[in-house]
Amino acid sequence: MKILGIESSSLVASVAVVTDDVVTAEFTANFKKTHSQTLLPMLDQMGKLIELDMKTLDAIAVAAGPGSFTGLRIGAATAKGLGLALGKPLAAVPTLEALACNLWGCAGVVCPILDARRDQVYTGVYRVGQSGAAEKEKADVMLPEIILDQCALDIAGLMRKLEEIGEPVTFLGDGVSVFRERLSAELKVPYTFAPAQNNRQRAASVAALGTEYVKCGRTVTAAEFKPDYLRKSQAEREREEKEEQKR
Amino acid sequence: MMKKNTIPEDVYILAIESSCDETAAAVVKNGREILSNVIASQIDLHTLYGGVVPEIASRKHIEKINPVIETALSDAGMTLDQTTAIAVTYGPGLVGALLVGVAEAKAIAYAAGKPLVGVHHIEGHISANFIEHPDLEPPFVCLVVSGGHSHLVVVKDYGEFEILGRTRDDAAGEAFDKVARAVGLGYPGGPKIDKAAKEGNKKAIHFPRAKVEGSVYDFSFSGLKSAVLNYLNHAQMTGEEVNIADLAASFQYAVVDVLVTHTIAAAKERGYDKVAIAGGVASNSELRSEMKKACKKAGLTFYYPSPVYCTDNAAMIGTAAYYEYINGARSGWDLNAVPYLKLGER
Repeated sequence: MKILGIESSSLVASVAVVTDDVVTAEFTANFKKTHSQTLLPMLDQMGKLIELDMKTLDAIAVAAGPGSFTGLRIGAATAKGLGLALGKPLAAVPTLEALACNLWGCAGVVCPILDARRDQVYTGVYRVGQSGAAEKEKADVMLPEIILDQCALDIAGLMRKLEEIGEPVTFLGDGVSVFRERLSAELKVPYTFAPAQNNRQRAASVAALGTEYVKCGRTVTAAEFKPDYLRKSQAEREREEKEEQKR
Repeated sequence: MMKKNTIPEDVYILAIESSCDETAAAVVKNGREILSNVIASQIDLHTLYGGVVPEIASRKHIEKINPVIETALSDAGMTLDQTTAIAVTYGPGLVGALLVGVAEAKAIAYAAGKPLVGVHHIEGHISANFIEHPDLEPPFVCLVVSGGHSHLVVVKDYGEFEILGRTRDDAAGEAFDKVARAVGLGYPGGPKIDKAAKEGNKKAIHFPRAKVEGSVYDFSFSGLKSAVLNYLNHAQMTGEEVNIADLAASFQYAVVDVLVTHTIAAAKERGYDKVAIAGGVASNSELRSEMKKACKKAGLTFYYPSPVYCTDNAAMIGTAAYYEYINGARSGWDLNAVPYLKLGER
């Protein structure tokens, strides 16, 4: 199975082709240029390098959110355009689930945190490649076990959750640099931070997890796919608050 | 940029437009024949907020864009493979909204192995005049008026423009929206005021016609908007009842008067015998009838698009793209959305 992965939910722009259990190619840049300028040129260069015939892809996996609204939409529109032109399905892979898969096999639980501003993080808690997933692995599918599904939380709320779970935790994601001190000072369970080579979003994880999604039949058409922002727009929130006050 | 001298027999352009609150796609044959023109309007969604909310618009574009493109292809009875090139609006407009169309168009062009042509939104509006007027060729003077733009332009050749004047503050359509909101007519202001004005006397209230110091073709509408607001405040304080129809008619007349006067003056002074209008406000009935009268009086030929080609649409983008395409214009995979893109810039 050949899956193209697209990740543009944060500052990282990343594209990858995963063929069965091999990363055939991955291009990742964590640079200030906009995804609009980087993503398709990266795909073009990577495709040329590995002589990729887009028609041979089985599906396009895309980081479906949460993340930067604009970043998610650039990835989404790219995936939808490719899907439309090629007639291929999409695998909508939750950003945090794919990010957790960077650390497949890690002991304890994995907790990706993305800076969501407004004093919150986009987060989730996962067990990746261990006993919990054993049943599923028998079925030849490697999916993370979701302990806390992805959501927007304040950091104190997240720490309470992790203490309830009570297992050693490995953090990763761009929220680490924002909340590292707070976590170090207050968290009451053992923790560690993932190193540079796997602490940010990457398309290889999106494509690899996308492969598992395709195996399970968890695909959507290019037309029906839309990002999962986890948050309403500011205008909608403010309008709802006003309506609430009126009542 | 490559120059291409050989023109293939027939050029079919799939065009995409998402610069504001309309998700649109069209297939255009040889620049002037519209094979399909699909527009998904979000207007009901934004009416709740009294104007376009960029984040909501961007989210809606993502939901609508594939069905809109697929419908445009099927309406035209074509497959993607049969098209010659993919065109997309890349500016000016709301950046988040533009990015959806730009990313989608790039991906389609890349996967289908088609050339990509980035189009200027205003160039699209101007080109809307070519669709229904096979005889219209540059040069001519064009007034582009919409919710986001007010430009007086000389169209010297296809894709070649000289901007004579622009608004210094509010766009014409923006002034309509703001005044409509102030008098409680709601959003979108243009059609609401146009309708209310039909029952009113346009000479009932005299509002000022602003001149911009040192630049005869520029516009300014914020003074007029303030004059309307002052008039409303004054009426409220003195307990006078405001005749909304008269106010709408008088305000509209003040806007149209300036637009028409500037346009006719530009055509006469620059020696052009053709005048066109474009953009959402070009649907305004007062502007159409006053411009028609003034052109007739001045011996100028007047062109205007049907309302469906005045509003944001992709057919006009396909038309503009055709002339860009045959002139050899091609965009790269790094094409970006440019929210403040200037007309004639590449």
